[in-house]
Amino acid sequence: MSSLSPLLFLILVPIFSALLIMIGANPRSTSILGSAVNLLFLLALVVFYRPMEIGYQFVSSFPVVPHLGISFTLGADGLSLVMLFLSTVVTLAAVCVAKTPENNPRWYYVSLLLISSGVIGAFASVDVFFFYMFHELALIPTFLLIGIWGSGDRQAAAWKATVYLATGSFILLLGIIGLYLIQPVETRSFDLREMIANAQSGLIPDAPGVYLLLLLGFGILVSLFPFHTWAPQAYACAPAPASMLHAGVLKKFGLYGLIRIVAPILPDSVQRFVPLLLVLLIGNILYVGYITIAQKKLDWMLGYSSVMHMGYIFLGFAALNQLSMTGASLMLLSHGLTIAVLFALCGEIRERTGTLDFSELGGIARICPKLGLSFGFAAMASVGLPGFVGFAGELLVFFGAFGSGEPKIGIIDGKEVFGFNMYQIATTCAVWGIVISAIYMLRAYRRIFMGPLPERWSRLPDLSGFSRAAIILLIAVMLILGFFPQILVNLATPALLVP
Amino acid sequence: MSTQIAPWIILFTPLAAAALILLLGRFSKSLSAALALASAFTGCALSWWLFKQPDAAQQFSLNWLSFGPDFTVSISFTIDKLSKVMLLVVTSISALVFTYSLGYMREEEGYSRFFGGLSLFLFSMLGIVLASNFVMMFMFWELVGVSSYILIGHYYSKDSAADAGKQAFIVNRIGDFGFMLGILLFWFATGTIVFQEIVEQVPNLTIAPIFLTVACVLVFMGTVGKSAQMPLHVWLPNSMEGPTPVSSLLHAATMVAAGVYMLARIFPILEVVPDAREIIAWVGGITCFAAALMATQQSDIKRILAYSTISQLGYMVLGIAVAPTSDVAMFHLFTHACFKCLLFLAAGSVMIAMHHEVEMWHMGGLRKKLPFTMLCFFLGMLALSGCPFTSGYYSKDLIIEWAVVKIPFLGWMVAGAAGLTAFYIFREFFVIFFGKARSEHAEHAKEQPFVMIVPMLILGVFAITAGWPSIQKNFFTLEYPEHVPHSLHTFLTAMFFGGVGLAALLYFKAAKDPISIPLFANRFYIDDFYYWMVNKIQGGGAAILSWADRWVVDMLVVQVPSKLTWAGGFALRFLQFGNIQAYAFMFGAGVVGLLYILLSK
Repeated sequence: MSSLSPLLFLILVPIFSALLIMIGANPRSTSILGSAVNLLFLLALVVFYRPMEIGYQFVSSFPVVPHLGISFTLGADGLSLVMLFLSTVVTLAAVCVAKTPENNPRWYYVSLLLISSGVIGAFASVDVFFFYMFHELALIPTFLLIGIWGSGDRQAAAWKATVYLATGSFILLLGIIGLYLIQPVETRSFDLREMIANAQSGLIPDAPGVYLLLLLGFGILVSLFPFHTWAPQAYACAPAPASMLHAGVLKKFGLYGLIRIVAPILPDSVQRFVPLLLVLLIGNILYVGYITIAQKKLDWMLGYSSVMHMGYIFLGFAALNQLSMTGASLMLLSHGLTIAVLFALCGEIRERTGTLDFSELGGIARICPKLGLSFGFAAMASVGLPGFVGFAGELLVFFGAFGSGEPKIGIIDGKEVFGFNMYQIATTCAVWGIVISAIYMLRAYRRIFMGPLPERWSRLPDLSGFSRAAIILLIAVMLILGFFPQILVNLATPALLVP
Repeated sequence: MSTQIAPWIILFTPLAAAALILLLGRFSKSLSAALALASAFTGCALSWWLFKQPDAAQQFSLNWLSFGPDFTVSISFTIDKLSKVMLLVVTSISALVFTYSLGYMREEEGYSRFFGGLSLFLFSMLGIVLASNFVMMFMFWELVGVSSYILIGHYYSKDSAADAGKQAFIVNRIGDFGFMLGILLFWFATGTIVFQEIVEQVPNLTIAPIFLTVACVLVFMGTVGKSAQMPLHVWLPNSMEGPTPVSSLLHAATMVAAGVYMLARIFPILEVVPDAREIIAWVGGITCFAAALMATQQSDIKRILAYSTISQLGYMVLGIAVAPTSDVAMFHLFTHACFKCLLFLAAGSVMIAMHHEVEMWHMGGLRKKLPFTMLCFFLGMLALSGCPFTSGYYSKDLIIEWAVVKIPFLGWMVAGAAGLTAFYIFREFFVIFFGKARSEHAEHAKEQPFVMIVPMLILGVFAITAGWPSIQKNFFTLEYPEHVPHSLHTFLTAMFFGGVGLAALLYFKAAKDPISIPLFANRFYIDDFYYWMVNKIQGGGAAILSWADRWVVDMLVVQVPSKLTWAGGFALRFLQFGNIQAYAFMFGAGVVGLLYILLSK
C-alpha cells in the first residue's frame, strides 16, 4: 500500500465532470473546464517528473485480486507521460470543437469525458489487467457517439466498429491471459514491472501463440492491414470530437501496448514473426496509401490516411531497436495531434458546407483564410514536413528500421554483391509513403481550399472562438515539439526496454 | 562580430521575418515588405562580410536530435569557400529580387503572404547552403519544397496555379524519396550523416563498389527532382504560374540551384565513384540537349526561359560529372544566377507592361516602348547564348570543353545545344521587341518604375562581367583541360552565330511562327505521358483497390467469420435488441463475465 498517486486525479477529473453534467451543470463549459484543469495538472506532473530516474514514478498500488496478482497500480514514466499529455491535450481540443447536439447534449459530453478518463487510465496503468479494462471503458462511449450522434450511415458504421473492436478486444484478452499463464506459477503477475522482470531473468519462454494473439488483438484495434476496414467508415460517420479522440488517442493504445508490453516480454516471438508483420505493415502503407488517393470525400480520406500512418509506427515496432522504437513513440504523439487537428477541421468544414465531397468544394481559403491556413499547417504536418514533430518520428523510424538486421552482402562468382535485407526493403516501401501522403494531402487541399470559389460557398464564416483556440493549441504543440524533438526523446527513450 | 555568429544571423533572420509576417502581416502590407527586405539585406551584407573572413576552424553546433554517437542530427554549419560563394549568390540575388518585387507586386493580391513566402524560401535555401550533414540538408530541402508550393500557388484561386504548386511539391517529393534512401545507404555504409566524416570514410570502405554507386545515384535523384533534370523536369515550366519574381528567384538562386549545390557539396564522394558520375553525366547531357530542343518551339515568354533553365542546369550537372573540381559547375551556377535572374525580371517587366500577357505572338515592337527592359533582356540574352566575352561564354564553354575531353559524344552534343540556346533566346527577343505590335496592349505598353529597373541594371552589369577572369578568380579555383580539340572553339563560335543568324532570318519580322515541330512544341509528349500515368494508371488502380477494399477485403475478413458466427449463434437470436446501446451493454457485460469465468478458479 502506498500513498495516493496524483495520476488518480487525472482519471477522476473527467468522471467527476461527467457526474456534474449529469446532475445539471452546463455540459459544454464543465467539459472544457475539466479538461483544461486536467491538462494543466498533467503539465505540472511533467514538471515534477524526474527524468534521470529509471522506472515508474507517482506509483500507487491497491491489490484487487491478490491471488491472481491483479492490483490497481498506477504509475508513469516518460513514455506514459507523453501519452498522457496527448490524451489530455486532445481531450481539451475535442470538447472545445464539439458542437453541442440537440438530442441528449449531456450524454454527448459525458461520453467524450468517459473516453478521456478511459484512455488516461489505460496509459497510467502499470497493471496489464487494468490497462485492458480502461481501454474497454473508453470503447463503449465511442460506439455510442458514432451510433447516436454520428452522420451518414452511422448505425452500420457503429455496428461494424463494434464487431471489429469487440473481436479484437476479445482476442487481446486471450493474449493477455496467455501472457499471464506463460509466467512461472510462483511469480505470475499482471503487474507489468514484474512481468518484465520475469522476462529479463529468462523465466518467460518463447511463446509464438501468445504473441500472435496479442499481435492480432492489438493489430485489429490499431487497424493493421487487413483488419482496417472498420476505421475509415467509423471515422467518417463519427462526430468530429469522437474521431479526434479515437483516431488521435484511443487507437494508439494498441501500438503502445505492443511497444510497452510485448516488445520487452516476448522479443524472440516478435523477431520470429517479423516477416509477417513487415508484409502487413507494408499493406498499411502502400495498399491503404493508394486507396487513400482514390477517396472522393475528405472524411474517408482522413480515415484511410490514419490507417496508412499506422504502418510507420508498426515499422518502428517491428525493427525493435532504440532508434526505431523512439521514432514510433514520437509518431504515436505526432500522429495523434495531427489527425486530431485534421478531424477537427473536417468537422468544421462539414458544419459549414454540409458536404465533404471534393467535387462540390473548392476555393474556400479565399473566404475562410484561417481555416485554410490551419488546414495547410495540419496537412504539412501530416505529410511529415520538417518543423513538425512527425518528421522527427518518421526520420527515426526510417533510420532505425534501415539499420536493423544483418547487412545482406554475399559473394557471387567471386564478386561481392549487395542486397537489401527485409527491413531495408520494408523501409524503402515506407519511404515511398512520403510521396503517397503528399499526393493525397495536397490533392485534398487543392480540391477544398484552392481553385475558384463556387458561388454557393461565398458566405461561409471563418474559424472562430473555442474551435480556433483549440486548433491553434494543437498546431503550436506540433511546432514546438517539432523544433525541439529532443524533449520527447529524453522522456521516451529511457522508458523503452529494447531487447 | 565573430564568424561563428554571423551564419546563425544570416540563416535565422529570414525565418524570424517569415514568422513575424505570419503574425503581423494582416495589419500592414508595408511592414511585411519591410521585414522581408530587411532580412534579405542583412543576410546579403553579412554574407559579403563573411566572405572576406578567414575560415573559422570550429563551428558552433546545436544538437537537434541526439542518440549519442550512433545517430545525431545537429544544426551546424560548413563554412568553406563553396558555401561562402553560394551564400553570396543566394543573398545578393534575393536582395535584388525582393526589391524588384516591391514594384512588381504593388497591385497584387496576397502581398503580405507573398513576402512571407519569400522569406521562408530564403531561409530554406540558406539552410541547404550551410548544412553540414545530410539530414539537416534534407530538412531544408523539404522546406524549399513547401516554400515553392506556397509561392508557385500564390494565385491559388486560379486552377492552373493551384495545380502547378501541387505538381511542384509532389514531383520534388519523388526526388526526395531517392534522396532519403541515398542518405540511409550512406549512413548504413559509414555510420554517419556528416559530410566531412563520410568523405573521410568513403575511400576506406570495404563494401562493394556497386553499393556506393547506388547510394550516389539515389542521392542524385534528389537533384533530379529539385534541379528539374529529366525525367522529373515537368514541374519547372508549370511553376511559371507563380508571380514572376518567384520564377526569377527560383531559377537563379534558390531551389533549382540547390540540386547542383548539393552535388558540389558531396563532390569529394562522387570523385571516388566513377560509375555514378557517368550516369550523372548522361542525365545532365541529355537534359541539356532535350530541354533546348523543347525551348525552340514554345511561345510563352516565361516558359521559354524555364526550358532554358532546365537546359542550363543540365550543363551544370554535366559539369559536376566531368570536371575535376566542382568549381567548374559552380562557376556556371554563379553566372547563370546573374543572367537568368535578369532575363526573368525583364520578362516580368514585359508582362506588367502587357497586363500579364505571356503569349509572345501577342507582343512585338516593344523596343521603343520599353527601352530599359529591352537593354536588360539583351544583356542577359548575350550571356545566356554564350556570346564571346560575356559571363556565360566563359562558364559554359569550360563545361563543354571538359565534356568533350571526357565523354566526346556528350561533349559535342551539348556543344550543339549551345547553338540551340542562341537560336531560341534570339527568337524570343526578336518576337517580343521587334516587328509590329500585334495587340492593343503592345501598342500602349509603358516602362516600369525605377524600383524595378535598378535591380535589373545591376544584374545586367554582372551578367556581362561576372565571368571575366579578373572577377571570377576571387570566387573560384578553376581547372582547364589540356588537349581540347582545336575545332571545338571554331564550332562553338559557328554555333553561336549560326543560332543568332537563323533566328534573325526566321523571326526578325515574322508575324507568326514560320516553323512548326509538334514533337518539340509538345515537349516530347512527356507531360502527356505523365498525365496519362497519373490519371489512368495510378488513379484507376487506386480506384480499383478502393473498391476491392470496401467490398472484398472487408467481406473476407468480416463477413465470412461473421456469417459463421451467426450460423452458430442462431439459438442466441432472441438476444438481439436492435439498438446500439444494448449491444454496447451486452458487450461490456460479456467481457466482464468472460473474465470472471477465466480468472476466478
